[in-house]
Parts: sequence; structure tokens; C-alpha cells
Amino acid sequence: MANNISVGAAAPGCKKVDPILVADNVTRQFGGLTAVDVAHLEIPRGQITALIGPNGAGKTTLFNLLTGFDKPNTGTWIYDGKNLAGVSSYKVARLGMVRTFQLTKALSLLTVIDNMRLGAQDQPGENFLRSFLKPLWIKYENQITEKADELLKRFKLDAKREDYAAALSGGQRKLLEMARALMSDPKLVMLDEPMAGVNPALTQSLLEHIKDLKKNGTTVLFVEHDMHMVRHISDWVVVMAEGKIVAEGPPAVVMKDQAVIDAYLGAHADTDLGTVSIKTIPAKSTKEKK
Amino acid sequence: MDWLAIFNLALGELISPLTAAYILCALGLAVHFGFTGLMNFGQAAFAAVGAYGLAIGILTFSMPTWAAVLFGMACAVVFALILGIPTLRLRADYLAIVTIAAAEIFRYLMLTSGFSGVTGGSAGLSAFNTEFRQLNPFPDGNYGFGPFTFREEELWMRIVGWSAVVLAALFVMFVMRSPWGRVLRGIREDEDAVRSLGKNVFAYKLQALIIGGVIAALGGMIFVLNLSNVQPASWGTNFTFMIWTVLLLGGAATILGPIVGGMLFFLLLTLTQSIIGGLVDIGVINFLSPPQVGQVRFLIIGLALMALVIFRPQGIFGNKKEMQFNG
Repeated sequence: MANNISVGAAAPGCKKVDPILVADNVTRQFGGLTAVDVAHLEIPRGQITALIGPNGAGKTTLFNLLTGFDKPNTGTWIYDGKNLAGVSSYKVARLGMVRTFQLTKALSLLTVIDNMRLGAQDQPGENFLRSFLKPLWIKYENQITEKADELLKRFKLDAKREDYAAALSGGQRKLLEMARALMSDPKLVMLDEPMAGVNPALTQSLLEHIKDLKKNGTTVLFVEHDMHMVRHISDWVVVMAEGKIVAEGPPAVVMKDQAVIDAYLGAHADTDLGTVSIKTIPAKSTKEKK
Repeated sequence: MDWLAIFNLALGELISPLTAAYILCALGLAVHFGFTGLMNFGQAAFAAVGAYGLAIGILTFSMPTWAAVLFGMACAVVFALILGIPTLRLRADYLAIVTIAAAEIFRYLMLTSGFSGVTGGSAGLSAFNTEFRQLNPFPDGNYGFGPFTFREEELWMRIVGWSAVVLAALFVMFVMRSPWGRVLRGIREDEDAVRSLGKNVFAYKLQALIIGGVIAALGGMIFVLNLSNVQPASWGTNFTFMIWTVLLLGGAATILGPIVGGMLFFLLLTLTQSIIGGLVDIGVINFLSPPQVGQVRFLIIGLALMALVIFRPQGIFGNKKEMQFNG
């Protein structure tokens, strides 16, 4: 089926019109288990790409490999014309490819605003020798504080500015982590399950933030289990199962793909499994009470 | 029992050079553990490196005192690099094991007879502080009042020691308030998060190890200038644990904490020693012999440390929210 993102028809590992990230032959083994085995993958620039797949499909491992948090057994990947294989994670982030984590990593015992300031790059005061000379960094510090306040307002965290991040709720931490990642104006944002644990009211605003990112020209790649969200905001969907890319395409098409239904939704997608367990559990517990 | 003498002795400990030496080491440890989250159980080695650097610089290389101080600090930098480059990639608990081992290795190296030409072996080194004494600008006589009466060389030693404490404290306060210090506190919370924001975590940890180590080296120098000798036996693991006690007493992620913690620690140490010793002497406590008193007070201090980390993990000055033992 024709679309304006891929060159030719959408298929696993297909070429994109304008890729920002091209990965080739990336494999990662844990003992005998091959967690990731991606032959070829291209992420389209300026689009929102969803990476979906069942638990254990290797989505997070692929994230870790691409961002330098884990080392692959084989493979190369090129981001914006630069080969990133073997580049350490902090350098990857400096090149404008910033990630968040599935288990939120808010810096608990730093204030919200300090968390945000830490997200900015090129602060000269972060160099030890220059940290002594306040005039060298105070101006930039004020700039990033202003920017941080703006982002906090957008993410509705401005009331929490001076609180420790530990005092935030799980959903607010997700927001903080995302806002913090945006402090460096990344070119590619990689969000690992941004919606996990976020309440429905916040979900809507998070979705808007992600769409805003696209408007500002940022490429978004995210892992998500929530199919409504995937359908709602993504331009392109990549499906992984058992470490491999099994399908790719626009969301409406991919969701109907037989390979995806088998791998992700399961052959019993329409069967209501819930009724079985609900019948047995109360019977047991009433017995115990007596 | 002469209570006046007991209190005078204890008050004198408040500003003794030994207290200043421990406070410097604790300030260095605050940089390591309190601000960066590095579990360094080998702080005694950094102090020892500074002390031996000073003594060897003067005795073997015939340096003037100021150059030997710089030499001792340089030795601490080298030691931090040797220790840090292979180990800072380890998790906090493994780092603790490696640092404790490194400190023991250094102590045994100083103890071996093979290097005794330079290190003095088990006898240690002495007679390196002649020039330091000559630098004393105060004429002979007694200075101060009450428990704080000192001879001219005692006054000189205290002024040097406490100036070093003040300078080190101001230095740590200054850098920790900068964006550089913010990155360190971020690393304490979560290394990977800071890495994902584009900071070279390894380099920051190495810098923190060096800076805390150099401050501890200064502490070691004050320690041996006061005693007029360097001995390998001083730098055992109990030295490290006393520094930890001082740090945790005051509050790990604070500047004032190690200072007040150190003063309070030595005040209590002297008070318990004198009071229990006095009670043994007059026969009120008849189940202890005089040599046991020294051990009993450490037993009490050990219990106090346990109570401290259980009931007040943030120390006297710490903000409860900021410093907790969450690994």
C-alpha cells in the first residue's frame, strides 16, 4: 500500500524517504537467548514512530543498544550520518538523541527545577575549573532556568518547582522525565513506555505534548502497549516479536496485519479470558473466612 | 573526680589539631559519599598518602615544606587515578570492597621492610617538621584563656589546621553550589539518568574522587604534623570508620555537618574516656580495669553510631529528605 513515509510498499525493514536512524544487523544475545536480531530498520525523520510488540520482544533492549546503554554482539547503526556503534551513551545524548526510561529515573533528592536544569547541555559551569567563575556560567544558568520554567508550565509541573522529585506522583515523574529530556532540544526523542502508570487525564495532555514535539520538527520513537495511543498519534508503527521486526507500516494498516495479530494480540484476541478467574477466586476466599 | 579538669580537657579537644585532621578527612568523604554517592571505605589511605607524601618529600627529596605539601596533594591525585580508573565503573557496594582493600594494600606497602629506606617501615618517619616549627610566627609564651591556653607551637599548629578546615569547607561549599556540584548530586541519585542527559559520569566521579582525596590528604598532613611522626599503624580501617562516624554524625550531604560532627565526636570521646576512667579510679565501676576503659568508650560510640543511622540517617544537620541510606 502506498504511503509518503516509506520508499515503495511498507514491509519489515523497508527503506524510508528520509531516515534519521538506520540500523543494520543489530543482534544482542543474553546467554543462549537472542533478545534482539534486527536485520534492517529505518526510523523516518520528523515523524512519530511507535515500536510495539509483546513483553520480551526486545523493544527496550533495542533502545538500550541504540542509545549506548548496552553493547550489541554485532551491528552498526547510523544516526544523522554518524556511525554510533560503540559510542558511549553520554555522547549519543550530546548528539541530540535523548531517551527516557521505562522505570522512571527522576533524580529523587534533587528539586524539580534542578532536575530540569540538569537536562540542559553545554552548561559551562558543569566543567570543574569553570565552576569557580560564576560570571562564566550565571548568564547561561538564567537562560536555562527560564527555559525550564517554560517547560514546567507546559507540563503543568510549575507548582512543584521547588519540591524534591521524590515528592511527585508516578505520572508526574514521567512528565518530569520527558520535560527534562526536552531541555536539550533533542533531534530524536526515544520514549520508553511514556504512558505506563499515567492516569487517563494526564494521558491526554501527554499525547498533546508528543504531537507538539512533531510540530517543532523533533522525531519521536516510542515504545508503548496502549493501542489507543499508538493508533491515535503515531505516523508509523514498527512491530517486534522475539527480537525481530515482524511488520511495519501506517498504524491503520499494521493493526490489521495477520503477523501482528498473531504476535501481539494473540490468536485468542477476541476471547474473554477474564470470566474464568473471577468465578473461582471469590468462592475460595469465602471458604477461608469461615 | 576533678570535673573541671575533665571539662577543660574535653573543651580543649574541640579545637585540637587532631579534630581538624579528622574533619578534613570527613569533608573529603562528604564529597565522595554525601554528594557523589561513592562508597569509599578507604579514606584512611588518602590521608596516609598525603602524610607520607609530605614526610617523604621533606626527608627524601629535601623539599621545602610548602613544596612537600603540594607533593603530598599530587600523590593523592595519582592515588585517586590509580584507584578510580579501574573501579569507578563498579556499583557502589563493590566500590566499597575495592577501596577498603586498596587502603590496606597501601598500609602494608608502607610497612614492608623492602622500602624502609624511604618509608621508614614499621618505625615510620619523624623529624620532618623542623621547618614547619621554624615557620611559626608567634614568639614564645602562653596564649588564650581557660581550657584554650596554648604554647606558641600549639597555637601555630591549631591555626594552620583550622585554616585548612575553613578553606576546605568554603571550597566544597562553593563547588557544590555550582552546576558542577549539581551533576554530582544527580549522579548520587541515578547514574544512568545523568548519562542519558549527556554527562560524562565517569569523568565526574573521577574528579569527585580526586577532590575528596586531596582534602583527606591535607587532613593526613595535619595529623602527622601534630604528632611529629608518620606511622603505618595509624592508617588502619579504624581510622576510616572514625571518619565515617564523624561524617554521619553531622550529616553526609552538608558542609557544616562534618565540622560540627568532628568536634562533637572528639568531645564525646574525651568525656566518656575521662568520666568512665574516673569512675573506675574511685571504685564506683569495679568490673572494669583501667585498660578496658578505652575499649568500652569505643563500644559506646559504636552503639551510638548504630542508633544514629537507624533513627537519624541524615545526621544532625542533614535534610532528612536529601540523605538517606537507600543504596
